[in-house]
Amino acid sequence: MDAILLQTLNGLDKGSAYALIALGLTLIFGTLGVVNFAHGAVFMIGAFCAVSMNRLLHLSYMTVDPTKKDFLGNPMKIQTPYIEAWFGHDTGAALLNWSVPLALLLALPVMIVVGVVMERGLIKHFYKRPHADQILVTFGLAIVLQEIVKQIFGANPIPTPAPHALAGALDLGAMIGLKAGAVVYPTWRMIYFLFSLIVIGGVFSFLQFTTFGMVVRAGMADRETVGLLGINIDKRFSIMFGLAAAVAGLAGVMYTPINAPNYHMGMDFLVLSFVVVVVGGMGSLPGAVAAGFLLGILESYGSMNAVKSLLPGIDQIIIYVIAIVVLLTRPRGLMGRKGVMED
Amino acid sequence: MLGLSKKDLMFLMIVTALTLAAPILLNPFPESSALAQFNAGYPDLMQRIAIFAIFAVGFNILFGLTGYLSFGHAAFVGVGSYATIWMFKLLSMNILPGILLSVTLGGIFAYLIGFVSLRRSGIYFSILTLAFAQMCFNLAYSVLTPLTNGESGLQPELSDPRILDAARAGGTVATPNLFGLGMNATWKVEALGRVFQFNAGYYVCGVISVLMFYLALRIFRSPFGMMLRAIKSNQHRLNYTGLNSRPYMLTAFVISGMYAGLAGGLLAAMDPLAGPDRMQWTASGEVVLMTILGGTGTLLGPVLGAGFIKYFENIFSKINDTVLHSWFSFLPKWLEDICVAIIHPFVGQGWNLTLGVLFMGVVIFLPGGLIEGGQRIGRLWRRKPGGNGAPSAKNAAAE
Amino acid sequence: MGILEVKGVNKRFGGLQALGDVNLSVAENTVHAIIGPNGAGKSTLLNCLVGKLIPDTGSVLFSGQSVLGRKPHEINQMGISRVFQTPEIFGDLTVLENVLIPCFAKRDGAYRLHAFESVADERDITAHAEQMLRDVKMWDKRDMLARALSRGDKRRLEMAMCLSQHPKLLLLDEPTAGMARADTNNTIDLLKEIKARGDITMVIIEHDMHVVFSLADRITVLAQGTPLVEDVPANIKGHPKVQEAYLGQAHQAH
Repeated sequence: MDAILLQTLNGLDKGSAYALIALGLTLIFGTLGVVNFAHGAVFMIGAFCAVSMNRLLHLSYMTVDPTKKDFLGNPMKIQTPYIEAWFGHDTGAALLNWSVPLALLLALPVMIVVGVVMERGLIKHFYKRPHADQILVTFGLAIVLQEIVKQIFGANPIPTPAPHALAGALDLGAMIGLKAGAVVYPTWRMIYFLFSLIVIGGVFSFLQFTTFGMVVRAGMADRETVGLLGINIDKRFSIMFGLAAAVAGLAGVMYTPINAPNYHMGMDFLVLSFVVVVVGGMGSLPGAVAAGFLLGILESYGSMNAVKSLLPGIDQIIIYVIAIVVLLTRPRGLMGRKGVMED
Repeated sequence: MLGLSKKDLMFLMIVTALTLAAPILLNPFPESSALAQFNAGYPDLMQRIAIFAIFAVGFNILFGLTGYLSFGHAAFVGVGSYATIWMFKLLSMNILPGILLSVTLGGIFAYLIGFVSLRRSGIYFSILTLAFAQMCFNLAYSVLTPLTNGESGLQPELSDPRILDAARAGGTVATPNLFGLGMNATWKVEALGRVFQFNAGYYVCGVISVLMFYLALRIFRSPFGMMLRAIKSNQHRLNYTGLNSRPYMLTAFVISGMYAGLAGGLLAAMDPLAGPDRMQWTASGEVVLMTILGGTGTLLGPVLGAGFIKYFENIFSKINDTVLHSWFSFLPKWLEDICVAIIHPFVGQGWNLTLGVLFMGVVIFLPGGLIEGGQRIGRLWRRKPGGNGAPSAKNAAAE
Repeated sequence: MGILEVKGVNKRFGGLQALGDVNLSVAENTVHAIIGPNGAGKSTLLNCLVGKLIPDTGSVLFSGQSVLGRKPHEINQMGISRVFQTPEIFGDLTVLENVLIPCFAKRDGAYRLHAFESVADERDITAHAEQMLRDVKMWDKRDMLARALSRGDKRRLEMAMCLSQHPKLLLLDEPTAGMARADTNNTIDLLKEIKARGDITMVIIEHDMHVVFSLADRITVLAQGTPLVEDVPANIKGHPKVQEAYLGQAHQAH
């Protein structure tokens, strides 16, 4: 029982990432009818925003302290981050420590710009081209983006720690009255889960309660009619793209303490997020979110030792197996609507 | 003859002649000249070009004719490679059993994956094939380690049973061979200041690729090929014409899977080492690029695309900063540095970046690929003297 | 007993009764037209005839066999061909290939792995397809890509594709919709020729009265999902109920 609860929690953070990426994919797909193979790369860029922020904050100048000697007997060189020099040692150190949450501030504008530029500069020209061309060009873009990141940051994963205060673990078991130490869960993963709930809630209320969101939802239901009403969808398209990029980017930023980011993380997540979208039902936002969490949790169950000893390797393929079962039994996905992307 | 029209027969003969003469044709620059680094007549490179041409020609039967874009064909290549190595380990270092098994397994895997993926069309199909290939990759990496030897890759070893020719194995593992003819056997001829290398492995790959090209040609000209093109054009009408499109699709998928399996088998036969990276999505993307770069739906396009990409991959990865500096040494120092800095990310280790840029460039500017590009230039050239440049549909369909 | 028997067909979409108790009997080798104002349920009825929609109740029998729930290719293999409102052809194939495909489908059935035959060597099939093109006077356009044809020619080609299979029943969904007068007249002439051969049953859904009255042997008037009248054309023209439901409404509209 405790193990199952723990694995459910473990699945939540991966599920959150799947849900957030799938949400962006579905937004773009539902409004623009474009499958964005570069969306995983956007997630990856978000993660590297956190890395950049961390590096930016660590920019230092060097002073020589003649009173101290290093082990070779030379005068000691001391690296002082500018940020500590400007804001005092304590504040500076705190800022450095909180670099990942701070990176959200950097990532938000960057990701919106990335999304809008992507749409205006490239995708826009592909609305009238066949789907295969859209897939191909975004696929090419994904390769280019990840190779650029590889050139800048190298091929190895770059650990980017969470703030010390949030780096520990919560004894959730004790909190809900189970015995202490039964369900211990890393704090940051909890925060990631809550963060994703907030973002998902934000996106849904944006779509639900604003005029803009209403038009977008109408567009997802019936693009042609909305176009005929004389509503300028084009402009909304690029905003949608910016929004989707921001969601994926922020998801990427917050994910860095969980897994050290590397240049190909985007594609790994994208493939699974695609499966999530297919399982949830193409074009269905609630479907994408629900399937994201569902598959994340099931994947986590698959990695339990008891399950693995029964079905070796199931953790590697459980998501795909579920996708196969869903497709064979409900070809439109769990919450898919008829007529979305058929022919 | 051979069930081909005169024109197609001529076409096939030219392709055959070019394939056989490749070791000579691809070595145009004398050994001593500075341009010798642009020669492509090395056994290793020519083998790869021939093998990837097979892969791309098969992929084109699916993508080019039916328009269904698979992002998972690398999985079949991987399966083929593992199958061949296992035949090396269990039976014999003769490549024949391995290649036969790789084709069979490629077909079986394609049938299974195709059966599920083809329940949906369009984008769904692409996503599903990608997911399945990624699943195979994951499995090869982790659980199936006893079969695939995980990350380090699978290769024949001395301790293998090799029931048919264990005796011959002596102190080292024998090289893969075809009834005793080693795949690395090379006959070097020095003439005209050049060294021409006639390699057994290349000729095995070359002959098989010509055979596969011939099969593709037959499929293109067959009623079956016509049905596949009809699926791409208007599946709705095809169904109302009394044809069931799904078995046609599945057959095309299996055929292209068998081509991919064969390519994988040959890769392992030429260089007996198979790793899971062969199944990764980048490998699937590469064959898509070869096909669209050459010209989707054309017969020769995928061959050109495969040759182009493998050739430039080879050249680009050889170029380093020293070479770049020597190229731009005629420029002022600062300009030289700028030029080198701009080109640097694209060469050497940066080949994948070039690939990505090429990918986008072709999709954006040249959707018809090199073949269409050639046709455009040809039309421009013809229009000038004659003024009679109207393209006829028959030509477009035939190329 | 007609070749096509529609009995007690009902179809609801949510709260809308699209078809209410439709009965229809089409005699073999006749031309039966279905007319009615917009929203009368003509297209719904046609979709029920080809199995695309399954009625809530009732049956659709073709030559005594039910068509309900069958896939499009099975419907075709039973001997039903369909002409769409906008011509559905293989735009990327040549005109000749467009006609070759139904000829192969007729001979080989829903699927056959004829990967190593050559199209050019199938003399019987190619001869038949070429004859078809001559019949519809498109022989000189045989090597054009089908998408480059004019709308009238596309319609002509689609008919040739359907006719090359010698269907027992040809369904036509507004075959002259959106056509210029000259193209409409050409289409009528073509349909008249087909009718004159006397070996095919046709069901036409049509707006254009000129087309209907120059072709149909019997006419069913559909209004609000229910057949209003069924009779020979001469009696339909002056029928008061028809005036009221169809022409009356048309008068109001103008």
